[in-house]
This record gives sequence, C-alpha cells and structure tokens, in this order.
Amino acid sequence: MSFINYSSREINCKIVYYGPGLCGKTMNLQWIYAKTNPDLKGKMISLATETERTLFFDFLPLALGQIRGFKTRFHLYTVPGQVFYDASRKLILKGVDGVVFVADSQIERMEANLESMDNLRINLKEQGYDLDKVPFVIQYNKRDLPNAAPLEEMRRALNPMGVPDFEACASSGAGVFETLKHVAKLILSDLKRLGR
Amino acid sequence: MDTQMVMYEEDHKKILLVIGRLVREANAKAVFVVDRNGQLIAEAGETRGIDTTSLASLTAGTIAATGGLAKIIGETDFPVHFHQGVKDNLHVTMVAGRWILVVVFDERSSLGLVRLRVKKAMADLSKVFEDLKKKADSEAASGSSPFAEITDDDIDNLFND
Repeated sequence: MSFINYSSREINCKIVYYGPGLCGKTMNLQWIYAKTNPDLKGKMISLATETERTLFFDFLPLALGQIRGFKTRFHLYTVPGQVFYDASRKLILKGVDGVVFVADSQIERMEANLESMDNLRINLKEQGYDLDKVPFVIQYNKRDLPNAAPLEEMRRALNPMGVPDFEACASSGAGVFETLKHVAKLILSDLKRLGR
Repeated sequence: MDTQMVMYEEDHKKILLVIGRLVREANAKAVFVVDRNGQLIAEAGETRGIDTTSLASLTAGTIAATGGLAKIIGETDFPVHFHQGVKDNLHVTMVAGRWILVVVFDERSSLGLVRLRVKKAMADLSKVFEDLKKKADSEAASGSSPFAEITDDDIDNLFND
C-alpha cells in the first residue's frame, strides 16, 4: 500500500523479500545496507534469534531519489523463512507494494523453494492480493555454489509465469541491486498504471 | 485490501493540530501517528533523537503481532497497549482500525491523564481519518492519481546514478 504524502512530498512503498529458510533474504538487505550512502538509508533493524535466524522481520528504510519533486522511499522487509513462522509472514505481507522471491539455488533446496512459493501465493491471497498482479520478481540466489541447480531447471519449476528473474550471490553482492532496482521500477510503473 | 493512501497538506495540518494539542494536554514528550502498514504519518513534541521510521515500523509490527495473539484467544484485536519503562513509557491506541496513535510520556505525566486525553484526541482523529478515507475512495473510483503524470523516463532517471 503505497503512501503518497503531499505535505512532506514523499512516496513510501513497501517491498517484502520472501523465500525459504536460509535462502539469503537477510543477506540481501545486509548487502544493500552496507553499500548504500549513509544519507540515503535509515537504521537496519533485525529481529533475530540468538542464532541469527530471523524471528519476526528485518527492516531497512531506503531513499532512492526524487520523481517530479517527490522523495521516493522504500521500506524493505524480510519474512522469517522457517516453516513454523507462518503467522509472522502473513503479518508482514500486509500493505505490500512489491515482492522479491529469493530462491535457494542448491538442488536439495528445490522442494523448500516450491513450498515457500506456494505459501507466498496463499498468504498473499489471504491479504486480498493476487501474486500474478502484484509487482513481483524472482532472484535465484547462491549461484556460486557447486551444488546449484541449472538455471533453466529453476526457471521451469519456479517461474512458469515468466516474471523478471535474476541470478545472484547475495554474499558477494552480485545481482542484489539489480533485483531491488527492478522491483522498485515495477512498483512505480504500477503506481503510474493505476493512476490512469 | 485497503485503498492506496494519499495525504494532502490540509489533512496533514488537521492531524498535526490534534496531536500537538494532545502533547500539551497530556503533558506528553511526543506523539506519533502511524498507519498499520508501518508508515509514519505525523509527529509532534520532542521527537529529536528518536528514530521515527523505525518507531513506525516496529509499532505496526507490535500491533500486527498482538492482533494475531488476540485472534488466538477469540478477540478481534487489542486496541490499547501500554509499555512501561524505567523513565519513559509508551501508550499505543488503534484509531478507526487502520491508524495507530503512539504517545511517549515520562514522570511529568501519568497513565490516567494520557488515557483521558487520548480518548478525546481519538474522537477528533477519527473524524479526520473518515474524511480522508472518503476522499481516497472517491479518488480511487474516479481513477485519478498523482502518479498518472509520471513517465517511464522519470522512473529510469531514478536509477541512473
């Protein structure tokens, strides 16, 4: 649910990073946080367990620049990936403007990817959204690992709808900003389309 | 799904007026209005040194989490929260289902006074938000949006640096 504030001339949008446990959602945000000009970012919040697994969410506010005199601000959230935190995942999807699905490329995580994708579709539906209509991109993360599944196989399994997708290695930063920029673009184009 | 929210300066001023008065009448340190999705709408009082963006996001997270808890025991929501600290306290109230009013106060005030003043402010805010919703609904119905005018180039330029 984007929020356009004429008083402070700001547009605020919410992006949620979704995906199975340990796929690299938090790593994406950490990379963005580390590489962004301090003037453009707020504090990153991680509500994590002692073993650094995300408990509720990570949050990173980011300013991208101006469009027609409006400051564009994106609020980046991750969900906890572990299966039993489903209640938290549903809450975080409230008011979402765009979704990044981070898939774990390791061949043995394929089932977890598919399960998480189904879970995303169901949870979005519960909030009144249709995954085929919201701005949505897929990131195939951990492409550098030797046990990564072939890209074509991942595309067939996870992206039959043909949404924009990106290869990434979040630990070295490859593909992280490309993914973010693309989903941000889709959100803004969506705002424009809805305005017609 | 809620409609997209657009806040115009006149509405923002009305909200500021209400929460500015609440700061004074409740002897509060600061007052914030946040929406349920974690966006900060307005702030008043001694807000310097407070990370307001994080405050908004975490408040919305707390409301969402306790709302989930409420459903487990058969309630629809817990509309009022109170967090007691050593020096500063937080009083959090839901307004009109979609908005959250956060009052930060210390020993200069008391829970009773804050509760009393929040009640009055809530009635005033509900009216402002009702008008805001009507405006948003009629705009959604007419299909007009401030974003109809932006071009693909505008969007591309944002990413060119």
